[in-house]
Amino acid sequence: MALIELQGIERTFQLGDASVHALTALDLRIEAGEYVAVMGPSGSGKSTLLNLLGLLDRPNAGTYRLEGRDITTLSPDEQARVRSQRIGFVFQSFHLVPRLTAAENIALPMTLAGIPQKERNARVARALVNFGLDKRADHRPDQLSGGQRQRVAIARATIMQPALILADEPTGNLDRHTGEEVVNLLEALNASGVTLVVVTHDQGMGARARRQLVMEDGRLKHDSATPHNAPR
Amino acid sequence: MRLADTLRFARDAAAGYPMRTTLSVIAMSIGVAAVVILTALGDGARRYVVGQFSSIGTNLVIVLPGRSGTGGFNPANAITTTPRDLTIDDAGALRRAPAVRRAAPLAVGTSEISFGGRLREVMVAGSTAEFLPIRNFELAQGQGLPEEDWNRGSAVAVIGNTIRTEMFGNTPAIGQLIRVGDRRLRVVGVLKSVGQGLGMNTDELVIVPVALAQAMFNSNTLFRVLVEAKSRSAIPEAKEQVMEILKQRHRGEEDITVITQDAVLATFDKLLGALTLGVAGIAAISLAVAGILVMNVMLVAVTQRTGEIGLLKALGAPARTIRLAFLAEAAMLSTVGALVGYLLGQAGAFGLRQTFPVFPAYPPDWAVIAALSTALITGLLFGVMPARRAARLDPVQALMKH
Repeated sequence: MALIELQGIERTFQLGDASVHALTALDLRIEAGEYVAVMGPSGSGKSTLLNLLGLLDRPNAGTYRLEGRDITTLSPDEQARVRSQRIGFVFQSFHLVPRLTAAENIALPMTLAGIPQKERNARVARALVNFGLDKRADHRPDQLSGGQRQRVAIARATIMQPALILADEPTGNLDRHTGEEVVNLLEALNASGVTLVVVTHDQGMGARARRQLVMEDGRLKHDSATPHNAPR
Repeated sequence: MRLADTLRFARDAAAGYPMRTTLSVIAMSIGVAAVVILTALGDGARRYVVGQFSSIGTNLVIVLPGRSGTGGFNPANAITTTPRDLTIDDAGALRRAPAVRRAAPLAVGTSEISFGGRLREVMVAGSTAEFLPIRNFELAQGQGLPEEDWNRGSAVAVIGNTIRTEMFGNTPAIGQLIRVGDRRLRVVGVLKSVGQGLGMNTDELVIVPVALAQAMFNSNTLFRVLVEAKSRSAIPEAKEQVMEILKQRHRGEEDITVITQDAVLATFDKLLGALTLGVAGIAAISLAVAGILVMNVMLVAVTQRTGEIGLLKALGAPARTIRLAFLAEAAMLSTVGALVGYLLGQAGAFGLRQTFPVFPAYPPDWAVIAALSTALITGLLFGVMPARRAARLDPVQALMKH
């Protein structure tokens, strides 16, 4: 059973009178534990794909199975539960809550899921040590460097022990050196068994993934797993 | 999300945007304070007037000579002679009515008072010993008019406090002989200062026996007869008996008018109640304005934080959790705003009472409750409506606004 199974996914946006096909006839299988980079020019639909995978957006047509379960038919609250339990997000602009400390930001998914304070504290303490943030626990995001902020965001994405981590340009706002650190962190997570899907412009970063998907005009132009029969 | 976490989250959210939080608390508290102060003013005015009316006496029935027509044109009235005057004997007869506790005749006129070369014009009230208890007057010094035959009129006077100060200064007034008109009277009592009453300033009054006053003004008629009923419930009965007795004494003609203090009070109470309601209406408008202010502030808040809502959704928060978090925040803002407004309003009313001690500016309970509950409800409603909308957004749409 594949972790992710997309069949005939269509996503169109209405821009005034024109309808834009962000994703067209998309079929995709991603096995558990894979490390996938999604690349392509701006507007090729890679962010839309990531949003669909993360249940932040709904397709207009097609089915999406996550761990064998059709989730396009779930209610918004059931989808929220899937996001809470199975999916972690890492965003380009970090998306930390500015008024919360690093520790509170990391704990936020557990707070929202209603996990008791005691367990939260224990898990946050472990995460802070794992991500080298134990000296920064009480700092708010504006007191952290870009790399530290992204580490907080990754800690937050993993705190619920998800099966899937979706990263949208995770190094886009970072310099080369800190970007490298962040990629290493994500790859370490992948090595521990978490499926990792990264959207990136960076050819170098894309090349590090074990599988590359190249998008163009809402279609999958190239898939390194099946190079010869990719749909064109 | 757990309740404690929801509350903490809402508190941090409110504290995280001090400008917005301050604005909505100010808007809310101004609305509530306006209601409290305005209704305190309105209700204070009502209480003040009712209090003034009550101070003219308790269970009072007032008899006026002449019929103030309420029955329309009556040919009999047109033919008969002018109304018969009220006399001292009429007043005396009223004392025998079973529902009447006391009755006092009242003749009024102006005259001059002089003592030791000082001279001024005064209002002279001719009455009897029972006048003071009926009107709830108290004596500061000496005693009231003597209990005597109403037609006798000994040469004594009870004077108001202002008269005492102006005529005698610091020297004792009791026992002194004053000249009122062409009479020499002995001062037997001084009234306690009560300040301005309705129509008549008792501090500038000289009270003499009724027979003396009639002689001074060369008349044998009365201005009023004041009757005190035995109890509040006996007032209608007393009124009836007074009418009956005087009708008999005036050969079957109803040529007097009887007013009960209750009726006057009730009318004023109604009028001033309407005034308070009108003031409450103004207050309600200010509260509505405050509510709209709060709504705008919350709307901006939710718009500002759409990105955060998107993030919360991405992190797995169901719509309910988001609604609850905003509800808790709106509840906190409006509770604090309502409390601050309540305290401000009470402080304002207190300030009013300090500035005008005679004016009982207390906000009525209903107004306070209405103000607080309206504030809370509008705050919650206007806080939650935009949050509900935000909670329904697709997470990706909300996130893009971050």
